[in-house]
Formats: sequence, structure tokens, C-alpha cells
Amino acid sequence: MEALKQELKEKIIEVLNLEDISPEDIQDDDALFGDGLGLDSIDALELIVLLDKNYGIKLADPKEGKKVFESINTMAQFIAEKRTK
Amino acid sequence: MKTNYYISSYAIIQDGMVLQNGEITRYPDTDITAFAKSLYKNLNLSYPKFFKMDNLSKLAFLASELVLPKENSNDIALVFANHTSSLDTDLKHQASISDADNYYPSPAVFVYTLPNICLGEIAIRHQLKSENTFFVFDKFNSEFMCLYAQQLLQTQKTEKVLCGWVDFLEEKYTAYVYLVTSSGDMPHTAENINKLYTL
Amino acid sequence: MSLPKTYIHSYNCITPLGFDIENTWNKLIQNRSGLTENSSYDTATGIIDNEVLETNFRNNFPGKTPLTRLEKMIFLALLPLTKKHSVTKKSLLILSTTKGNISALQNHHTLPEEVFLHTSAKKIAQHFGFGTTPIVVSNACVSGVMAVIVAKRLLQSGTYDNAFVIAADEVTSFVLSGFQSFQALSKNLCKPFSSARDGINIGEAAAAVYIDTQATPESFEILGEGSVNDANHISGPSRTGEGLFESILRCIKEAGIRPDDIDYISAHGTATLYNDEMESIAFHRAGLQQVPVNSLKGYFGHTLGTSGLLELIVGLESARNNTLIASMGSEDVGVSQAVNLIFENKKQNVNIVLKTASGFGGSNAAVLIKKLSGYEN
Repeated sequence: MEALKQELKEKIIEVLNLEDISPEDIQDDDALFGDGLGLDSIDALELIVLLDKNYGIKLADPKEGKKVFESINTMAQFIAEKRTK
Repeated sequence: MKTNYYISSYAIIQDGMVLQNGEITRYPDTDITAFAKSLYKNLNLSYPKFFKMDNLSKLAFLASELVLPKENSNDIALVFANHTSSLDTDLKHQASISDADNYYPSPAVFVYTLPNICLGEIAIRHQLKSENTFFVFDKFNSEFMCLYAQQLLQTQKTEKVLCGWVDFLEEKYTAYVYLVTSSGDMPHTAENINKLYTL
Repeated sequence: MSLPKTYIHSYNCITPLGFDIENTWNKLIQNRSGLTENSSYDTATGIIDNEVLETNFRNNFPGKTPLTRLEKMIFLALLPLTKKHSVTKKSLLILSTTKGNISALQNHHTLPEEVFLHTSAKKIAQHFGFGTTPIVVSNACVSGVMAVIVAKRLLQSGTYDNAFVIAADEVTSFVLSGFQSFQALSKNLCKPFSSARDGINIGEAAAAVYIDTQATPESFEILGEGSVNDANHISGPSRTGEGLFESILRCIKEAGIRPDDIDYISAHGTATLYNDEMESIAFHRAGLQQVPVNSLKGYFGHTLGTSGLLELIVGLESARNNTLIASMGSEDVGVSQAVNLIFENKKQNVNIVLKTASGFGGSNAAVLIKKLSGYEN
């Protein structure tokens, strides 16, 4: 799980073009949206693509995304359960 | 009564060079991403959204940063044009949908497949709740830009106009922006607009 | 300084409902949608029949090659206007398109000439005898309305005598895949302003109008216009409808009318959660909550930049026929600010029409038109 969380942090930084942020700056339970990393609606959609591309998970209901993308912890949990890649 | 308008400031970004306030700065970076980042850092900008922008928007954004910050009005219309529209990013989106076995279109790329997005980025940065229009021409059309900006000002649709010719396609780029206002030394004419567009 | 007034005299369109405005209007009156199932993208789209397009084109432009599909649509839309009104030395040609011939990018390793938007504009100018440099407006989904606004302003500058404004956009995998990545496509027929709305349908069309500065009894005066950016987000509209509200205000101010002088609003109404909510807020802030409003996206789909011009034309036709068309697909009013949605065709005096549009990049545009024949003494 720790390896997955680290991988997630690296991928998020890359895919969302988070310049000047390194994986060490992201705590596992930091809020990704809102005040946390300040991600917006396009970032949320990009994370949905990330789930599909890297882990083979298609999020059928984008509203489900809100819960899944709360933090690195929730994302890792979800991916560990549902991944097909 | 016809008011006179003037080009009160301008800037050019091209071939790794930046012209601002009559001074040219040369950047050693060989690729555009590095060049854009260097210019961003040199301007002491703190705007993380910059790194999410596509090449055209980064270029337009940086060019406007060379001219806008000292303006304290936000009634500034944005009238930009180019030759290649958003083709640089269009190619990226097209590539992401070309292989049925690797089909992952990206919303962050798709949103930039419209040339006017760069105007939205400038408007957000400077809180310009104003007119934005993006035109496409074969080549830089100073007569049209002059006529249209003049008409906007004359009919009081806006207080100032930031005009731009910003083009980016596969590492070939040019950005020329100039601000038209009711005060200055350089009369707003097609001839003067052309004259200033040299490095 | 007194500016000359501008008037729309003629208009035409090529849509999935018909190959001219008459046929399109006849289907609209019957509340027939031009949307059909698109299983590849799990949505519905508005597609113009290729065979009919080719036949029409061959009949009207025998031997004319090579043109792209989009350009054929444009030529057909424009033709009747050039037969009615002469193209002169001081005629302006404006082309509005979001993606032009973008489908030409497929299967190409080098950039084909036709993907450059100005190439199409030049072909049109050349064929129809325009001497001035054509103008291309590419401003997301407000392009069509913006093109009319730009034409009006340029005519008022005195530089041109008249203007032919065309808008065209195609349904392409380029666009469908993009909106798919935005989770913006409806799986069904879209439901503008409704509580169960779940996204857009994409459509294609070509539309054309002729504008000059001479009033005639059958013409429509462009009373006012406005275009103000939200300065908020590059894809989501301002939650308070800031830019659209300002655009409408400027429109009304220039027109010198009151909000309740407006007889009908042709909304942008794309049926996304955010657009329709934002529009309802903007209408409310402008005091327009009582004005009958519809969205035409359920008939044509969202024809991107062309939507503004196409839907404006339908608005003019509504005025000409004193008939309001039902908002296809709308089931109820599911936005936080009440709007007077048209659920059934209605016969009533339609003299002043407001057309609104919003688009990516925080863009907004509004234009007000007055039917002169509604004011005969």
C-alpha cells in the first residue's frame, strides 16, 4: 500500500502539472481538493482518466469521484480494491 | 469628436528573446518549455496554474505579463489573433485518440483546443471582466487590428485594448502584444503597429 | 457621435432538420428533433445526411472541387444570400468556426492545408467574389454570436457597406472524444434547464446571415450587444453568471429598452448542470425571469460556435411567424432561479429577441434584435 501511495503522489504531480511540489509535500491524509492542493474540476476529471489509464478502473459515476479523491489514502484504498491493471 | 489613441506599451517574445520597454533579453534555453519557465521565474511570478497551461496560453500569458501589471484598470479588452489557431494542442489531443488500444483523451488537453482559452487565462489572472475576442488570419493583419481596436475604444465598449498576435505551432512561436489607450506618444496606426513588431 | 444602425435582412441554414431555413422551421414547428442515437459515444448527435448534402452540393455547384464537407455546408448555406444580395467591393465576409476542418488531422503525418481556419475563409471569399480579406472568429461556443457582433461593429465603423456572416461546425470524433473526457455528454436526448439534465448532445450545422445599414420593413434591427468574460475559470461558468449578466446588461443599455420589452430569449441552454444553472441566475439578475425562454439544443444538438448564429436565425424566424417553439427535451424547471420555459409551441407577438451564448474560456455574448415589421404604423 505504501508503494501505491508513493506512486500515486508521483503520478498526480506529473499528470496535474504540479510544479514545485514533491511527493514529500503531500501527506497521505491531506485534502486533495478545496484548500489542500487546490485542485479544480478539470483536475478531478484528469484523475478519473488516471484511474482508467493506469489502474483499469472506470468511474461510472463522477459523483463517486468526490469520495474517492478526498485524499491519497482514500484513492489508494479504492485502487487497491478495484484495480484491474 | 474623434479621440486619438496611442500605443502606450508593447512587448515581443520570439526566438528565445524578450523585448520589453525597449530592452532585449536573450535566454539560453533551447526548448520552449524551459524558456517559458525561465521567463516565468525571471518575472518573479507565483502562479501555479501557469504550469497547467498549453504552449499557446503560456506564451500569451507571459507576453501579457510584460505589459499589463502596471495597468490599474481592469476595463481592458483583449483582441488577439494568430495563424494556427490552437493547432499545437489540437495535435496533442488528436494523438491521444488515434490509437484505439491506447485511447485516453485528456480534459486538461482538450480544454486548450480552442484559441480563445489563452484570453480566458489572461482575464482570470488580471480579473479582466471585459471583452475577449480571438481572430484567425493568414498573417498578421495590422489594418484589421487597428480598425477593430479603434472601433471598440471609439464606441466606449472598453477603456483600453490589449492587442496580440500570438502564434505557437510545434516549437515555432511568436508573441507581439501592445496596449492601446487614450494617452501616449506613439499614435495608434497600422503603420506604427507594424513598425514596432521587430526585434 | 451617432452610429449607423445595422439590420439583418436575410438568413439561411443547413441543419439535420433541413437544407434551408424553410424546411428546418417546418420540422421545428412539428417539434421534430434532428438528434439520433450515437452508439460509438453512448450519446445522441445531430448529423446532416451525407448523401443529401452531396446531392445538394452537386446540384448547386456542379463541377466545384475540392471542398471539405464543412465547406460544402458553408457554400450551400451562403448561396441563397449571395443570390439575393450583391457582393460588392466593400462587402465583409466573416466566418465563425470553432474547429473548422479538424477531422483532416486524422491519418495525416503532415498538417494538411485545410486545418488552417483561414484556408476555408479564403476559398469562400474567392468563390463568391469577396475583395476584402475575410475575417475568421474562433472564440469557442460564443463564436456565432460574436461574429454578428463583430459584423455590426465593423459596419458601424463605415469601413464596409454590408456583411455576410457564416458559421459552421461539424460533429467529429475530435470533439466527441473531448467532451467525453469532460463527462459532459448526455446518454440520452438532452434536457435543457430540467432537474434530470445530464449533459449535452453534439450537433453540426451551417448558418448564414446578411447584414447592412439600410432599414427595410422586413428587416431586423440589431439593437444592442455585449460580450463580457467571467474571469473565473477556463471551462466552468461563473457560479453567479457574472459575465453573462454583464453582457445582457450592456445589450439592454445599448438598445435603450427595458427588460420586459423583450418578448423571447433564445438561451444557450446546453443542458449541463452548470451552464443552465448559471444562465438562470444571469437571467434573474437581469430581471428577465418572466420572459419566455427556450433552448434549441434538443432539436439540433450543441453545434458549438455555430449554435449562436443558428439559434439566432431560428429566433428571427420565430419573430417572423409570431410563434415560440417548445424547448425540446425540457421536462421541468430544475434550476435554482425560475425561468419561464416554453413547454409548448405558442402563438404570440414576438418583436424583440435576446440571444445569449456562453463558452469555454469564460466567454459570454448577448445580442438583441428587433423585428421592424412589428412596429408598422
